[in-house]
Amino acid sequence: MLTINLPKTFKVKYLLIALALFYLILVLLLPAIAVFYEAFHKGVEPFIQAMGDRNFQSALQLTVVMALISVPLNTVFGLCAAWVLARNQFPGRALFLSVLDLPFSISPVVAGLMIVLLYGKNGWIGSWFASWDIQIIFSVPGMAIATIFVTLPFVAREVIPVLEELGPEQEEAARTLGAKDWQIFWRVTLPNIRWGLLYGVLLTNARAMGEFGAVAVVSGSILGKTSTLPIFVEQEYKNYQTEAAFGAAVVLALLAVVTLVLKEILEQRTGHHKAV
Amino acid sequence: MSIIINNVSKQFGDFTALKDINLEVPDGKLVALLGPSGSGKSTLLRAIAGLEEPDQGQIIINGQDATHVDIRKRNIGFVFQHYALFKHLTIRQNIAFGLEIRKHPPAKTKERVEELLSLIQLEGLGNRYPSQLSGGQRQRVALARALAVQPQVLLLDEPFGALDAKVRKELRAWLRKLHDEVHLTSVFVTHDQEEAMEVADEIVVMSNGKIEQVGTAEEIYEHPASPFVMGFIGEVNVLPRNASLFNYHAFEPHSSNNGHQEPVFVRPHDFELLTEADDASVAGTIKRVIHLGSEIQVEVLLMDNTAVLAYLNREQGQQLNPKAGKKVFIKPRVAKVFAGASSAASTHFIYGTGI
Repeated sequence: MLTINLPKTFKVKYLLIALALFYLILVLLLPAIAVFYEAFHKGVEPFIQAMGDRNFQSALQLTVVMALISVPLNTVFGLCAAWVLARNQFPGRALFLSVLDLPFSISPVVAGLMIVLLYGKNGWIGSWFASWDIQIIFSVPGMAIATIFVTLPFVAREVIPVLEELGPEQEEAARTLGAKDWQIFWRVTLPNIRWGLLYGVLLTNARAMGEFGAVAVVSGSILGKTSTLPIFVEQEYKNYQTEAAFGAAVVLALLAVVTLVLKEILEQRTGHHKAV
Repeated sequence: MSIIINNVSKQFGDFTALKDINLEVPDGKLVALLGPSGSGKSTLLRAIAGLEEPDQGQIIINGQDATHVDIRKRNIGFVFQHYALFKHLTIRQNIAFGLEIRKHPPAKTKERVEELLSLIQLEGLGNRYPSQLSGGQRQRVALARALAVQPQVLLLDEPFGALDAKVRKELRAWLRKLHDEVHLTSVFVTHDQEEAMEVADEIVVMSNGKIEQVGTAEEIYEHPASPFVMGFIGEVNVLPRNASLFNYHAFEPHSSNNGHQEPVFVRPHDFELLTEADDASVAGTIKRVIHLGSEIQVEVLLMDNTAVLAYLNREQGQQLNPKAGKKVFIKPRVAKVFAGASSAASTHFIYGTGI
């Protein structure tokens, strides 16, 4: 029986591998290669030219600013939320958890619209800001809010399972040894959750830099002023500025690749860490 | 450094973990809190440590009211069942943790850590990580870490619970020896009666959030204060008062005056088995014989369908030569009745069979 079965399962195995590979190449690898091809098929010069464009640089700058605002804020928020959810049982905990996941389930465009409604000139909060002459929508603050919204759950979602697995015992042990709360956090909790936390930060960063829908709705996409890299790519492409569009796309893709490589390194380290 | 507990109660939602507990742990003694799970023993230990705050009552450590004193200032050492070592720190760093938090001079810290490493006989392993040690070694490290800050009281929560039987026995003996050298007031929680009897100076038997009895191992075994204690410390037969077995037995001093409903407790060791009838024995048939080396366990079914469990030592076993189906005569040497105990209490017990 075994001798008959073995080749059969082998066949199935290789068939599945081939299918998966084909799918991956078709959907992921080819488009990625196409981006690089489009950007460089006329040589490096058009690419360098595109890099020199003022609007491109402004978009790159704004993308980095978005990440710089949303990553630290969501890291701090994520840590607090994770600690509260992992260490405490309270009424409404399940609700808190599902609300935390909203940014995953709501379409980014809808999220953008909600922000426009609330923070626009006639919105509840926006009108108050408007009375102080502060514009939120079609400007950087609104875009930052949109980015923060879509990247909100990553850190908390990564840290909660790590904290739950860790359990409160090491923290209690530190307390019996005389450690204050912040000493417990820095010396015991943080070293134990560091890989999970970093992973969450990386995911937050990747999404903050790559977000299109929510930010596009909120920003008004004013070239050179409120366009981030993803928005810039879309605009240039629509204006038949193919080199500029694909040049920016390459930069964006490279940012993603760097993040992926970092993530891979981290995963290996955590894997190694667990094996010890 | 005595510990005095006055009227302490603690509630978790609907569950009453501690009901009006009063206890005194004398200076320098090693005391066991013994009870089944849910008896409140761990909660009491955590309340002494300051990891739980009692809803009511007072905890006095070394003459000072510590009820609302922050855990950091209570100066206690706490050892957890699953060690709770800091995984990311070496053994040395683990032991030094409390001293570093207290900003001891580094040279002194180093000296103290080496001293403790030799106390727990792990001199060569100071630079390893907890995951590289065995369970028994880890628990010794946890103990050294707790002792490093020279606590006034040492508290241990099921310290041997996660270890295998052999290591557990070694570590018990080691803890007892350590206590005899250091004389630190210590309280440890266990659900293992043998462990409590072997290690502790005094045993506090708990059930359902209350203290059932406090005493030495001998006291609680020989003079159990309640049916619960009798059943929890050692095995016991719980038998109906009107069983033929007790026809010739006069109950003292607990015999009740209102009816004969209270059950009778007889230790399996306290039966005498005879091959021939005498004037106080009743007849029965051996149902099952279990040889455990130094001890032989015999299940006897009496004429009135009462099943009893009797333990024989080797010598008695050789005399009687018990076999399943053999007819024997049996009588209790000692039988105990608790005034006011209902037969419902007998549901606690493993053995005990008024069929």
